[in-house]
Amino acid sequence: MSQFLVKVFIRLRPSVLDPAGEAIKSAANKLGVDGINSLRIGKLIETEIEASHENELKEKIELLCDRLFANNVIEDYEFQFEKK
Amino acid sequence: MTSYTVGIVVFPGSNCDRDVSWALEGCLDIKTKFIWHESSDLSGIDSVVLPGGFSYGDYLRCGAVARFSSLINALHDFVRTGRKVIGICNGFQILTEAGFLPGALTNNKNLNFICKDVELKVHSHKGGWFKSFIDKNITLPIAHGEGRYYCDDYTYKELLDNDLIALKYIDNPNGSTHEIAGILNKEGNVLGLMPHPERACDKNIGGIDGEYILKNLIK
Repeated sequence: MSQFLVKVFIRLRPSVLDPAGEAIKSAANKLGVDGINSLRIGKLIETEIEASHENELKEKIELLCDRLFANNVIEDYEFQFEKK
Repeated sequence: MTSYTVGIVVFPGSNCDRDVSWALEGCLDIKTKFIWHESSDLSGIDSVVLPGGFSYGDYLRCGAVARFSSLINALHDFVRTGRKVIGICNGFQILTEAGFLPGALTNNKNLNFICKDVELKVHSHKGGWFKSFIDKNITLPIAHGEGRYYCDDYTYKELLDNDLIALKYIDNPNGSTHEIAGILNKEGNVLGLMPHPERACDKNIGGIDGEYILKNLIK
């Protein structure tokens, strides 16, 4: 078995309004930083997972993402991993 | 009505469970039983309430962790028998996360936690939840930060075509898709809604429209 460090990025789908992102964008403008055309907030989940090979790892991550980490009605996800 | 028992599910973080019990026992003389979320025993239970609150601290997403409880697993078989389930506020969020109802609930458009009475239009009489309200508007309190119902166009058409939109806000407070405040499953025995009927069961605290909904748990 190998140990993998996995990072999962979860984002609201483009069609879903992100009011928290809009609020942060507004605050960023008040900070005096101009030129911010869009700002959306997502989530990052870091996890260490054991798997015997990369395909098994991907299956585990996809199950986690589809069933738990993301709500696919409103969110998309992508992930990256590296062997520890 | 003593032979009829409504199960009230208690998750860590539920905070409307006792309000629901007060409304059912105190105002409607319906026997209730608290059911801890780790139980899968729904024997002797005739209908189920998933109450409001912040199950599992709303970690990850509202209702996302609660859906994996033993109780929610058992609820799938319970629903298939045709017995009634109502999910109120966080209970509605759990019902969508667990796949009993379509769509999702997310941050209010204005990011405020909104706590006020709202006027609602009853849109569907499926399941017999609103039979006292044919062609009437009702008033119920809402209290949520993440009550914006979202669904895509395909799901919305499904809801419309099957008469599954139970309640709509008259003055949309949270940015919900098509003003949706509550929906039903196709069989009509599962109702999810953001407003709190258990907080509108006594004239002294603002109204009794909620009582008319909750009493239909036993019909």
